[in-house]
Amino acid sequence: MTARAFLVRGLVAGLLAGFATFLVAHQVGEPQVEAAIALEESAAHQAAPSTPGMSAHAHGSDHETVVSRGTQRTWGLLAGSLGVGVALGGLVALGSALAVGRLGRLGAAAASAVVALTGFVAVALVPFLKYPANPPGVGSAETIGVRTEYYFAFLLISVVTAAAATVVAARAWPRIGGWGAVVLGTGTYVVVVAVLGALMPSVNEVGDFPAATLWAFRRGSLFTLAALWATIGIVLSGLVGRLEQREAATNRRRTLAASL
Amino acid sequence: MSHAAAAAPSPEVAIPAIPLAELAPWALFFGLIATLVLFFVSAEQGAVSLTSGTLIHEFVHDGRHLLAFPCH
Repeated sequence: MTARAFLVRGLVAGLLAGFATFLVAHQVGEPQVEAAIALEESAAHQAAPSTPGMSAHAHGSDHETVVSRGTQRTWGLLAGSLGVGVALGGLVALGSALAVGRLGRLGAAAASAVVALTGFVAVALVPFLKYPANPPGVGSAETIGVRTEYYFAFLLISVVTAAAATVVAARAWPRIGGWGAVVLGTGTYVVVVAVLGALMPSVNEVGDFPAATLWAFRRGSLFTLAALWATIGIVLSGLVGRLEQREAATNRRRTLAASL
Repeated sequence: MSHAAAAAPSPEVAIPAIPLAELAPWALFFGLIATLVLFFVSAEQGAVSLTSGTLIHEFVHDGRHLLAFPCH
């Protein structure tokens, strides 16, 4: 199997994941985004009814926006989902191409599934637990710089730790076996990320935003991320697994022919 | 039964790994493209602005929020 074979399948998986992400985001997430914008607007009107466009980020249709809300929640969301889906699909595929043959005796399909699951935990879930998604109206425009720095710093910590823990587990596999290696790898990752996560500064700009709307938005965001990574993992491991079986069958026939 | 199959004397049939030298150009090339795409969806015209205005920010606005990236 070649790097190219993995990448092509990863791009296909990523494209499908982009559509799945859009579907879940649009159905589950968008109602919460709309609710948050409505809350934000009414708060802005109450605070300063005579100051037009005082917010640097006007979402509503009555403000001067370059892109209408209708476009933002359809084509804009689709474009963002497809872009992130294809980019992550390709990256997961290249990670799987690196992992196959190096993660114990896992074949291509199993290695892809492990990489996608690790990716979901390290790239989406763990950063979310420290710096959760916020709806429009939560988070002040002045702190976007520092919040972005924290988020990407913790994302980098999480991904680097996951990669290092996977290398440690793969190295130890021949000596301590599969069960021990998985416990060692996940244990290393959890301890390092928990300690560094506790040391990193927290962000709380929720204010008096309604808790139920916030929770519904964050749940919708988590479902969106889960749909993205699950589709990448399922489609990629399925496609790569089929190729793996075809190549194995060809090899068996070749061995048989050579033995005759 | 599956245990017996796994324990069968064929552990020498190693899973072939893809050499790093073959992987590197693909990783470099696609890594750059993917980083660029992820940057424009996640951060452009937010914390960092390579282009002026708010067009990109507003276009990917909902995706940025729902994919859990920091957004204003």
